[in-house]
Amino acid sequence: MSGKSPPYSTTDSGVGIAKHPIEKCRRMKGHHMNLWQEYKRPTSVAEAVQALASAPGPALPIAGGTDLILDLRQGNHLPIHTLIDLTFIPEMSALEMRGDSLYIGAAVPVSRVARDPLVGAHAQALTEAANLIAGPQVRNTATLGGNVAHALPAADGTIALTALDAIAEVAGASGTRKMPFTSLFLGPGKSAIDKTKEIIVGFHIPVKTSEVSETSEVLRASSCFKRIMRPQGVALPILNCAVWLERSGEVVNDIHIAIGPGGPVPFRTTDAESALRGQPLTDAALTRALDALLAQAKFRDSARRASADYRRHIVVGLFKDVLETAWKRAEQD
Amino acid sequence: MSKINLTVNDQQYSLEAIPGETLSTLLRERLRLIGTKIGCEEAECGACTVLVDGEPMMSCVYPAERADGKTIVTIEGLAQRVHEEMKLHPLQEAFVEHGAVQCGFCIPGQIMTAYALLKRNPNPNSDDIRFALKDTLCRCAGYPSIENAILAAAQALRTGEPVKKPTHIPNSAHSHKTVGHSHLRPEAVEKVTGEAVYTDDLKFDGMLYAKVKRAMIPHGFLKRLNISKAKALQGVIAVLTAEDIPAEKNHGLVIFDWPVMVGLGERVRYVGDALAIVAAETQEIAETAISLIEAEFDLQPIIANPVQAREAGVPQIHENGNLLKHIKVRKGDMDKGFAEADVVLEHTFHTPTTDHAFMEPECSIGVPLPDGRMEIYVGSQIPYQDRTQVARVMGWPEERVRIVGQLMGGGFGGKEDVMGQIHVAMLANVTQRPVKLLFDRRDSLIVHPKRHATQIRVKVGAKKDGRIVAMETELYGDTGAYASLGEKVMTRATTHSAGPYDIEHVRADCYAMYTNNPPAGAFRGFGVTQSAFAVESMMDMLAEKLGIERVELRRMNALHVGSVTNTGQVLNESVGLTECIDKVDAEMRKHNPRPFDPIADEADLNIVRAWGLAAAYKNTGLGGGAPDISGADVELYADGTFQVRSSAAELGQGLVTVMRLIVAEEMSIPPEQVHVLVMDTDLTPNGGPTTASRQTFVTGNASRYAAKTLRDQISASMAEKFDVRPEQIRFENGTVHVNGHSLSYADVYKEMTALGQQPRVRYEYEAPKTKPLGEGGDMHFAFSFATQAAEVKVNKLTGEVRVLRVIAANDVGMAVNPLGLQGQVEGGVMMGLGNCLTEEFIVENGNVVTDHLARYRVPGIMLTPEITSIIVEHPISAGPYGAKGVGEVSSIPTTPAITNAIYNAVGVRIDKLPVDQEMIARELWEREGK
Ligand SMILES: Cc1cc2nc3c(=O)[nH]c(=O)nc-3n(C[C@H](O)[C@H](O)[C@H](O)COP(=O)(O)OP(=O)(O)OC[C@H]3O[C@@H](n4cnc5c(N)ncnc54)[C@H](O)[C@@H]3O)c2cc1C
Ligand code: FES
Ligand code: FES
Repeated sequence: MSGKSPPYSTTDSGVGIAKHPIEKCRRMKGHHMNLWQEYKRPTSVAEAVQALASAPGPALPIAGGTDLILDLRQGNHLPIHTLIDLTFIPEMSALEMRGDSLYIGAAVPVSRVARDPLVGAHAQALTEAANLIAGPQVRNTATLGGNVAHALPAADGTIALTALDAIAEVAGASGTRKMPFTSLFLGPGKSAIDKTKEIIVGFHIPVKTSEVSETSEVLRASSCFKRIMRPQGVALPILNCAVWLERSGEVVNDIHIAIGPGGPVPFRTTDAESALRGQPLTDAALTRALDALLAQAKFRDSARRASADYRRHIVVGLFKDVLETAWKRAEQD
Repeated sequence: MSKINLTVNDQQYSLEAIPGETLSTLLRERLRLIGTKIGCEEAECGACTVLVDGEPMMSCVYPAERADGKTIVTIEGLAQRVHEEMKLHPLQEAFVEHGAVQCGFCIPGQIMTAYALLKRNPNPNSDDIRFALKDTLCRCAGYPSIENAILAAAQALRTGEPVKKPTHIPNSAHSHKTVGHSHLRPEAVEKVTGEAVYTDDLKFDGMLYAKVKRAMIPHGFLKRLNISKAKALQGVIAVLTAEDIPAEKNHGLVIFDWPVMVGLGERVRYVGDALAIVAAETQEIAETAISLIEAEFDLQPIIANPVQAREAGVPQIHENGNLLKHIKVRKGDMDKGFAEADVVLEHTFHTPTTDHAFMEPECSIGVPLPDGRMEIYVGSQIPYQDRTQVARVMGWPEERVRIVGQLMGGGFGGKEDVMGQIHVAMLANVTQRPVKLLFDRRDSLIVHPKRHATQIRVKVGAKKDGRIVAMETELYGDTGAYASLGEKVMTRATTHSAGPYDIEHVRADCYAMYTNNPPAGAFRGFGVTQSAFAVESMMDMLAEKLGIERVELRRMNALHVGSVTNTGQVLNESVGLTECIDKVDAEMRKHNPRPFDPIADEADLNIVRAWGLAAAYKNTGLGGGAPDISGADVELYADGTFQVRSSAAELGQGLVTVMRLIVAEEMSIPPEQVHVLVMDTDLTPNGGPTTASRQTFVTGNASRYAAKTLRDQISASMAEKFDVRPEQIRFENGTVHVNGHSLSYADVYKEMTALGQQPRVRYEYEAPKTKPLGEGGDMHFAFSFATQAAEVKVNKLTGEVRVLRVIAANDVGMAVNPLGLQGQVEGGVMMGLGNCLTEEFIVENGNVVTDHLARYRVPGIMLTPEITSIIVEHPISAGPYGAKGVGEVSSIPTTPAITNAIYNAVGVRIDKLPVDQEMIARELWEREGK
C-alpha cells in the first residue's frame, strides 16, 4: 500500500480487495452447453442455401441472432448443429432503390434501416418502427429478416412492412421467388418459410412517386407507425399500428392498415381499408373504418399483457393518431 | 476448424474457433479482458457492450465467429485511446468526477455505449443520451449522474478543456474539513477502466466449475434421486447430495431452516431447493451433468400465498407450521380511539414480490489451502455470517474458513443469505481443487430471497380537524419457503405501518407466513416500502374525505421531537420530517402553485398531469434489542499512510469512501492517504451485516473511534517522547505539531516503533442499546425521515403513466459525502419508481414466471424523471458527526408519491402494485359509462 499515487492512477485504488493474478489465455470455459457445433459464413445466397441443405445436422440461418441465440440459450429451441451466418452476403446487406422499389436486404441491421434517408423518404413507417425496436445495441445486429422470419403477429418491423405492402424475395433450392408479404405467415411464431431450407433475401417496398390523378389532384403517399407499450414484462408492444396511404386532395386514394396483434398473423384490416378507399377523410368515414376494423380484428387476451377488451379500447385512439399523422404527412410533402 | 482473425484494442489475434462461443466469452475467457461484464446473457442489460467496427453491440449474443475480420474495442481499450500514455478517457474521468460510478458493474457498458454515441454525435443533448443508453441498465440507477457525466465529457472532448466537475451538489451544512464535502470513491477509477475485479473475474489454477440441480417443483417429497449418469460423465469430478453434507444440514440467517440440499424422503419447499451439486472440468460439462440427474417427487399441494397459508386445514410447510411469526404492535386503546374519531376509513392494499436484480449475478469460489483451511471468494453483505454458516455445515471451527469478500455488483439486501458459499466449500473440500459456482440470471432470479409480497389492510380514524386518533393495520407477508430475514423484515413493515405520524391509538398485527414461493428476505426498504405504500395512500384518501389539504394533514400529524412512536419510543432529537415536508412542498409549488389539481395537456386533452406527495421514515440499525456492534482497525504505516479495516461490505453504496473520509478527518490528512480494506474475515474485524442502513452509523463510528483512539495514543507517545502534556499536541494539515516540532506521520511511525509501540488500534463500537418490540422504550437508536413529491403524466385513453419529476428530501442527520449521497438518492428514487411502475416478480402456483430479465423489467434511463435532491440535516448526537442512514429511506416514499399523483391526475386509486395501465384505462372508461 502506498499513498503517493496520483488521483487517477489505475494501479492502486486504495481499496484493499484481495487480488489474484489473472492468468492469460487459458483454454476457454464457456458458460453454456455448446449452442451450436458449426458456424458457416457464406458470401452468396446460393452458397447459403447450399450450406443449409448440406449441413450434417439441424441447420438454421442466423442474422442478428437477437431472437435465435436467446431461444437456443433458454432451451426454447431444438438443438442446432449448424448456423449459417447471413451477414457476410452482400446481396442481403444491400439497401438501395431498384426500379420502382426500395430494396432492403434481409440482413441489414435495423439501426441502418432506422438511419437510412431512402427509408425515411419512402417508408417513414419503417423508419419509425426500426427506431423503436429494442435499444441501440440490439438494433445494431437485429434485422428485418429475423423480425419477419420469427413470425410474431406484433413485431414492429413486420407490422410496418405489412402496411407498406412489401414483397419478400425468398431463396430456396429451386431458386428465388417473390412472395406477397402477408403470405409469409402461418400462425404466431410460424413462418411460411421453411427456415431449414429457405432464406428471405430481402424486401421490395413499392415506392409511389408523386403523380397526378384523374381528378388532376396531386397524389402523395406517406406512412406512419406507432405503438403502445406497457412498462412491465417483455419489450414487445401490446398494440402497434402502421398506416400507408396515398392522398389525393381531401380524398384517400389508397390505404393499407396493419395492426399487431390483430390476429394470429400480422393483420391487414382490409375492411377498414375499403371503408376509406376513394373516400374523403371525414369523421363519418373514419367511424365506418373503425367499426370495420373492430369487426374484422380478432383481438385476444394475452395473460399479464393486455386483455382483448383493452386492445379494442386503445386501438381507437392509436389508429386515429397514426392515420391522422400519415394524412398530414401526405399533405406537407 | 476455422480461424477467427480479429483486432481487439489495436492488437491482432488469430484464434481457433470454438463451437458455440460468443464474443463476450472470447473476450473474457480467452483474452482475459474482464472489463466486459455479463449481467444477463439475454441482450437485456447492456453490461457486455463492446464496439464492433465502431458500433456498440451486445457481445453476449454475438457469435465469436462473426467477429472474424472485425475491429473490437472494449473498455480496456479506452484509456490508452486518446493519449499516448495510460490516461483516462474524458468519459471515464467524467464518470468518476460526477459520481456516476456506484457498484460499477454496469459502468463498462455505459461508457462503451456513450463512447459510440460521442463518436457519432459529439454534441448530444439529453434526449440523444437517453436514446443511446435506452437498454444499458444501471441498477444503482445513478442515471442523472450518468447523463451529466456524458454531457461533461462531450464538452471536454469538443473544447479540449478539462472535464467540468459537478457544481450542483452542496456541501453539508455541518461539514468539517473533510467530511461533509464531496469526495470521489477510491475504487471509482478501476471501475471505469474495467480493471475492477468481481468474483467471476477471478480464475485459479485447476479451477472446477459447479452447477446446482434444483428441484423445480414447488412442494413435494424427494422420492428418488439418480446421480449415476452424471457421475459417469467424462470431466465430472464430483457429484454431491444431501448425504455428503458433513455436519449441520441447514443454513439460515436467523433460523436454520434452509436445507443445504434436500435429501431423500425430505421435503422440497420451493423450486430453487438444491438436490445435488456438481463440479466438472468445464461449465458445459457441469451443465450437461446436471441435466443427467433424475429426480422423482411425491408432489404435495402448493401453498401459493400467505393468506392461504394461514387458513385452517392447509398443509404445513415447516415443523412449526406455516406461521413464521405473528408480530404485534399495541399502543393506546383502539376502541377509545375509533370512538373519538369523526371519520373512519378502511382499505386493503397489495404489493407484489420483487427482485433486487443487481446487475452482477451471484458467484462464489471455494479454494482449499494446503493447511486444510478453505478460502471463499464471494461478494457478500455479511462475510462473518457466511463464515459461520459454512463452518457449521462443514463441521469445522470458524477459523478454518476465510471469507475473502469481493467487489459487489450491487446487493440491495439480496446478498445477505448464503447462495453458493456452502456448495463451493463442499465441492472444493472433496475435490481439493478450487471450485467456482456462478449463477446465471435464471438461477439468480429463481433462487435468492426477494422482497415480500404483502397484503395490508389499513383502518384509520381521525377528527374533523385532521388529527389522526387511531390507526389499525393488518399485514400478511409472504416469506416464502424459508425464514431468511423474514421475521425482521415484516417486523419493520409492521412497526412502520402507521406511517411517520404521532398517533395515540395504534394496533398492528402481522402474519409472516411460509409459502411454497421463493423465500423473501432483505430488500432495500426492509418491509417499510410495502407498508409506506399502504399508509401513504390512506393519508391521501383521508385528506380527501376530511377536505383537508394533504400536505397540511401530514404536517399536522408528523412525528416531531417529543413524539412517542407506535412502539413507545420517545423521540428526543433528530426528527427532520417537518422540514422535509416543508421543503418538498415549497419546491413543488415553484413548479405549480396548485400542484394537486389536474392539468390537461394543451395539445392533447387526454394527457393529464398532477403532483402527488408522500412521507416516510425508516430506522437506522438493527434495533429491537439486537446488539448492534461493528469493529474497525486503524493502522499507521511506515510511509505515513493509514489503513482502516472492517468486514463491513461495499456493495456500491459508498461505505469505503465514508470510512476513508472519517479517518482522514480524524487524522487531519488528505483522504488519499487513507486506504480501506473491507470484507475479509482474516484481515478485518467484524463489521456485522451490511443491512438496515446501519454501516455509516456503526462502522462509521467504529472507524472514527478507532482513529480517535490512535490519535490519543500518538499524543500520549509523542508527549512522552518530547516531554510535553498530551493536550499540547496538535494534529493539523497532515502533520503532528509538538512544541514547535512538526512531525510527518512517517516520522511518528518511526518514533512510535522505536518506543516499541505499534501504531494500530482496534475499536469495537456498540450502538446505543435498543429494546425488543413490545417492551416500549427505544426500539431503534435512530430514524431517518423523508418526503417525496412526484409529478406524473397520465394518458386517460390508454392509462399509460410517465413520471416527469421527483423532488426528494431526506433527513440524513449529516451528509458525510454529498456526492455519494446524490447517487444513493437518485438510485433510491429509481428503485422506488421501478417498484411502483415496472417490477413484478411473478410466481404462479409456486412456479417462477419471471425467470429471465426480459420478463422482469427494471427501469432504464428512458423512465428517469428529473430528480431534485434536497438534503435535510437534523444531526443525531450518537452518529458520526451527526450522520444516520439514508440507503433505504431515499427509496421508500417514491411509490406512494407516484400513485397519489395518479389519483390526483385522473381520480383512480391504485391499491395494487405495480401500477396496471389497463386497470386505469378500464376504470376511466367504465366511469364514463361506456
Ligand atoms: C432486448 C430486446 C428487445 C427487443 N425489442 C423488440 C421490439 O421492440 N420490437 C420488435 O419487433 N422486436 C424486438 N425484439 C426482437 C428481435 O430483436 C427482433 O425480432 C429482431 O428483428 C430479430 O432479428 P435477428 O436478425 O436478430 O433474428 P435472428 O435471431 O437472427 O433470427 C430469428 C429467426 O429467424 C431466422 N432468420 C433470420 N434471418 C432470416 C432470413 N433472412 N431468412 C430466413 N430466416 C431467417 C432465424 O433462423 C431464426 O429462426 C427485441 C429483442 C431483444 C433481445
Ligand atoms: S446484455 Fe449481454 S450480458 Fe446483459
Ligand atoms: S453502478 Fe450501475 S449497476 Fe451499479
